[in-house]
Amino acid sequence: MWKTLQKAVPAAIPFLIVTLAMEWLVRAGWIKAFLVPPPSAVFETMVRDWRELFAALARTSSAALIGFALSALGGIAIAVFLSSSRAIQQAFYPYAVFFQTVPIIAIAPLLVIWFGYGMRTVVASAFIVSIFPVIANTLTGLLSTDPALRDLFRLYGASPSATLWKLRFPAALPQILTGLRIAGGLAVIGAIVGEFIGGQGLGSVVDVARTQQRTDKVFAAVLLASLLGLALFGFINILSHVALRRWHASEQN
Amino acid sequence: MTEAKTASGLSIETSGVALRLQRVRRAFDDLVVISDLTLNVDAGEFLAILGPSGCGKSTLLRIIAGLVTPDGGTLNITPTDTKFQTAYVFQDAHLLPWRTVLENAALPLELMGVERAERIARANDTLAEVGLSEAKSRYPAQLSGGMRMRVSLARALVTQPRLLLLDEPFAALDEITRFRLDVRLRDLWIERGMTVIFVTHSITEAAFLADRAIVLTRKGGGVKLDRRLDLPRIRNNELRVSPQLAHEMQALLAAMEEEG
Repeated sequence: MWKTLQKAVPAAIPFLIVTLAMEWLVRAGWIKAFLVPPPSAVFETMVRDWRELFAALARTSSAALIGFALSALGGIAIAVFLSSSRAIQQAFYPYAVFFQTVPIIAIAPLLVIWFGYGMRTVVASAFIVSIFPVIANTLTGLLSTDPALRDLFRLYGASPSATLWKLRFPAALPQILTGLRIAGGLAVIGAIVGEFIGGQGLGSVVDVARTQQRTDKVFAAVLLASLLGLALFGFINILSHVALRRWHASEQN
Repeated sequence: MTEAKTASGLSIETSGVALRLQRVRRAFDDLVVISDLTLNVDAGEFLAILGPSGCGKSTLLRIIAGLVTPDGGTLNITPTDTKFQTAYVFQDAHLLPWRTVLENAALPLELMGVERAERIARANDTLAEVGLSEAKSRYPAQLSGGMRMRVSLARALVTQPRLLLLDEPFAALDEITRFRLDVRLRDLWIERGMTVIFVTHSITEAAFLADRAIVLTRKGGGVKLDRRLDLPRIRNNELRVSPQLAHEMQALLAAMEEEG
């Protein structure tokens, strides 16, 4: 626990410096308070409106987490399917790329029409934005299995499913976790975008506060959204540490 | 015919197989790697295959293992009754890094569907044979190169193979480690009576290990020299500096240097 805190110290220093500098710049009149609120005002808003803000955070979190879980499961399943043959890859991979190139803000209104106003639209938006890095990274991992080990499995008559679960999948785990790490941040962004158009949560708080010129509230909500992204990132790092610490160079030393 | 007893009380047939390759051909696209190779290997023989890089040694070994299909010619292995009788050791250890030494050594049995208790017992026995009992719960990342290669050897031996194929297995190791593993491999061959085919580009290693050495031509995988090595059955480090070994090495070297 002490060690974890110690690791957080270097990252906290820039945050403190920037916060103090902003406070000073606003109070000295260099920056207008209605453009960038002083950090103390953001903190005040967070305390005053905590009920509303935390309810929003809870909703955004659940939508982002569900979207993330769906893209993790769906992305890995799609990558396993794509990796089964070159022909399948050529036929379907371009459609997977669609998920990466789709401008989510443009199709979000469509999602509202399909899924209605609320959680389902927000989850769909988080899912669409975050699935591609899972597919791409998992597929790369599954396709880069050591050819010598594939020969070994063939030599002992391993079935395709044994080869998948005992060789290709564990060998791809480092890449899969890289994909999940990217997907975690994207799922939060996707949820916020979804809430802008058709849902309740931090995204809608930002949208409403913006129309009211409440930059302090916008900042408070944005800060909470980034904390959510950080928490998800930290969770995947722990997962990766547990899964890889004994054997992969990225988790050693 | 020799019988091996395992700790689990199973006795397994370990006598070697005989091989007959007749006019075997293999090309990759336009590149002919092996053309018209004929080779007989007796049951229980220790054969070294020597040749320069790119002469088709590895392809030949992969054909024998059934990992590459020849374009033409025939390959007969007798007796043919046992399934999974062939084991293959690669140039590097190629272990599964997420598994312990013991789980790595037990992998072939696991893939063949052997029950857990039995495969653990057999993997333990085999690890003892290569001197790795102490390290069985470690992960590959925690081992030295020589130890990793021992695990790889144990993984090959755990099925009690009747044909052991090795593709320059000790090439990446330091000399002392290589010397030790050479001696251990030779002893294991004597204990088990399997057929061993050892591919190498090291004249010293070929002469030290084998009873018969063939030298392949630079192109097309023809046999340039086929020589029985007149050396004692039990090999040790004294032999390394003996005139007998030097004599055999000279013959192999002459064939290697010869054009073609």
